Amino acid sequence: MGPGFRRDGKGQFARRSLTVCQYACALSINDTLSAAVSIGFHGLAFAMVLYLISVGLSVTMGLMGFVNLAHGVFAMAGGYVLTSLMSRWAVPFVPALLAAAVAVSLASIPIERVLYRRLYGGEELDQVLLTMGLVFMSVAGATYVWGPLQQPLQPPQWLSGAIDLGVRSFPAYRSFLILCGAALVTALWLGIERTRFGARVRASVDNLRMAQSVGIDTSRLFMTTFALGSGLAGLGGGLGADLLAINPSYALQNLAYFLIVVAVGGLGSIRGPFVAALLLGIADSGFKYLLPEFGAFFIYTLTMAILLWRPHGLFGRA
Amino acid sequence: MTPGRAVEAFARRHRYHPLEALPWLASIAAYFVFPEYLALGAQILATILFALSADLVLGYAGIVTLGHAAFFGTGAYIAGILAAHGGGEPITGLLAGATAAALLGFLSGLVVLRTTGLALLMQTLVVATLVAEGANKASFITGGDDGLQGMEVWPIFGWFRFDLFGRTSYAYCLAVLFLCWLAARQIVGSPFGRSLTGIRENVRRMHAIGAPVARRRLTIYTISAALAGISGALIAQTTQFVSLSFLSLERSGTVLIMLIIGGVGRLYGAFIGVPLYMIAQNRFSEFDPVYWYFWIGLLMVLVVVFARGGVLGIFDRFRR
Repeated sequence: MGPGFRRDGKGQFARRSLTVCQYACALSINDTLSAAVSIGFHGLAFAMVLYLISVGLSVTMGLMGFVNLAHGVFAMAGGYVLTSLMSRWAVPFVPALLAAAVAVSLASIPIERVLYRRLYGGEELDQVLLTMGLVFMSVAGATYVWGPLQQPLQPPQWLSGAIDLGVRSFPAYRSFLILCGAALVTALWLGIERTRFGARVRASVDNLRMAQSVGIDTSRLFMTTFALGSGLAGLGGGLGADLLAINPSYALQNLAYFLIVVAVGGLGSIRGPFVAALLLGIADSGFKYLLPEFGAFFIYTLTMAILLWRPHGLFGRA
Repeated sequence: MTPGRAVEAFARRHRYHPLEALPWLASIAAYFVFPEYLALGAQILATILFALSADLVLGYAGIVTLGHAAFFGTGAYIAGILAAHGGGEPITGLLAGATAAALLGFLSGLVVLRTTGLALLMQTLVVATLVAEGANKASFITGGDDGLQGMEVWPIFGWFRFDLFGRTSYAYCLAVLFLCWLAARQIVGSPFGRSLTGIRENVRRMHAIGAPVARRRLTIYTISAALAGISGALIAQTTQFVSLSFLSLERSGTVLIMLIIGGVGRLYGAFIGVPLYMIAQNRFSEFDPVYWYFWIGLLMVLVVVFARGGVLGIFDRFRR
């Protein structure tokens, strides 16, 4: 009980307890509201990062049927390029971010041509072995170049602190993350829905053989999609460096998150992973806030339930 | 080939071949040739059993799992907790570990095996993560992050004490592995085992000829879980330590990797892949303790590029 709980006369007690109650109510409503806002805000930012990283995985898995467990490596590489450009060569944030995305995208092309391509349509197990091998090499490689410690992201001046919107103030970097993510998602959806390239991708996901027989160069399409997906992952890894810490075992630590987004969203879908990322992002930050002890239980049980209900994901097709 | 000959050839498929004695002769020889490496040897033998259990579901029933560590770790924790609370009789520990793992396999299999493909992969991963999370939360009994300590394992049959050099451990693991291998070989050669291969190759056809597909998959999943549990219990008893890493995704991934390097679906892949991986890991981590992951990863990539189907796959190519 609060300080008002003192039995010094009947009337006073009643009046005091009323004010205490009002105070408590107001406090709890305000608290609940601000908790909800901060969960929603953090969750939304996390969801954007998860989506940017995983959408490429969803498309390449749906397009080529390739079990790519090494997708997180590209996100990690993006994070490393961004943080080193900023801290070692003092490159400003935005150019460094773009450079990270482009660099990862370009670097992924030879990997796709030399290693991945020979396993398209091959055994799932060989794909698992190859991509886990790449993950292992990335762990050692990152330790060799950047050391075992995590790389901190220093957001630029104009993105640190908070933005005051009158009603409430929001952390600036998270707001930037959400806006950036929303813009990219819109661009991506328009690109897939409205451009010729997008139409080719959709056609090939729908029916690969038919797409080939109407003259779509699927091999080149695979390469472009792969590079695009890796670039987006690199961008997501860089942008989300303060949510998913950049360290050598990044690809292994966060593999389950990326796979959950893809599996729950539905293979080959563009929208599915977005819904899945929103669900996962908000549920994850909600549970971490409210029930930090048992958050993981709920997340994983939820994943299991969704996959039992819809084995092909929310937006996947049988 | 006349029908009589064909029947004979079919019957001969599951007779013992002289080459099958090779791994056992090699294991016995290793006991005398490398007496200073017996502790590592015991680990390798127990891990072979783990990979063998994974081969039953992966190679024979075609169930791709990323959560086999759940059963391995359950077996290890049950045997470990028993030994830490005054129940250090090793054979009882093995049986208890196997029973608990089989139970978990059966219950989770009821749910998990309803799906296939990526969903199945995710479900197995999720089950293993839930078990690991549970073990982490139940730190009052599992020791949580610090690992389970204070295990006291009694001598085997009240007679063979576990020694510092790992002689008893080695012989114990070898004997248990041999018995489990005999069982696995019988299962694979039985009509039940043949029907599993049928399910892997063509589910629809097996449905069409009236095979109880779901029940068969659940049965092999449970058997495989029990064997994985025995393997975990073996490692717990011989190293006297259990930690959360026994349940990790990494553990589930590594056993797949070892199996694929050896060759999947032939019962002997485990006997080649596991020693190859673990000896390479031991050597690499000795001369390059920080970066041995790189060399292991490179080995895996090279196997995919040059030796599809694992080491045993190469022999197949030569025979043809």
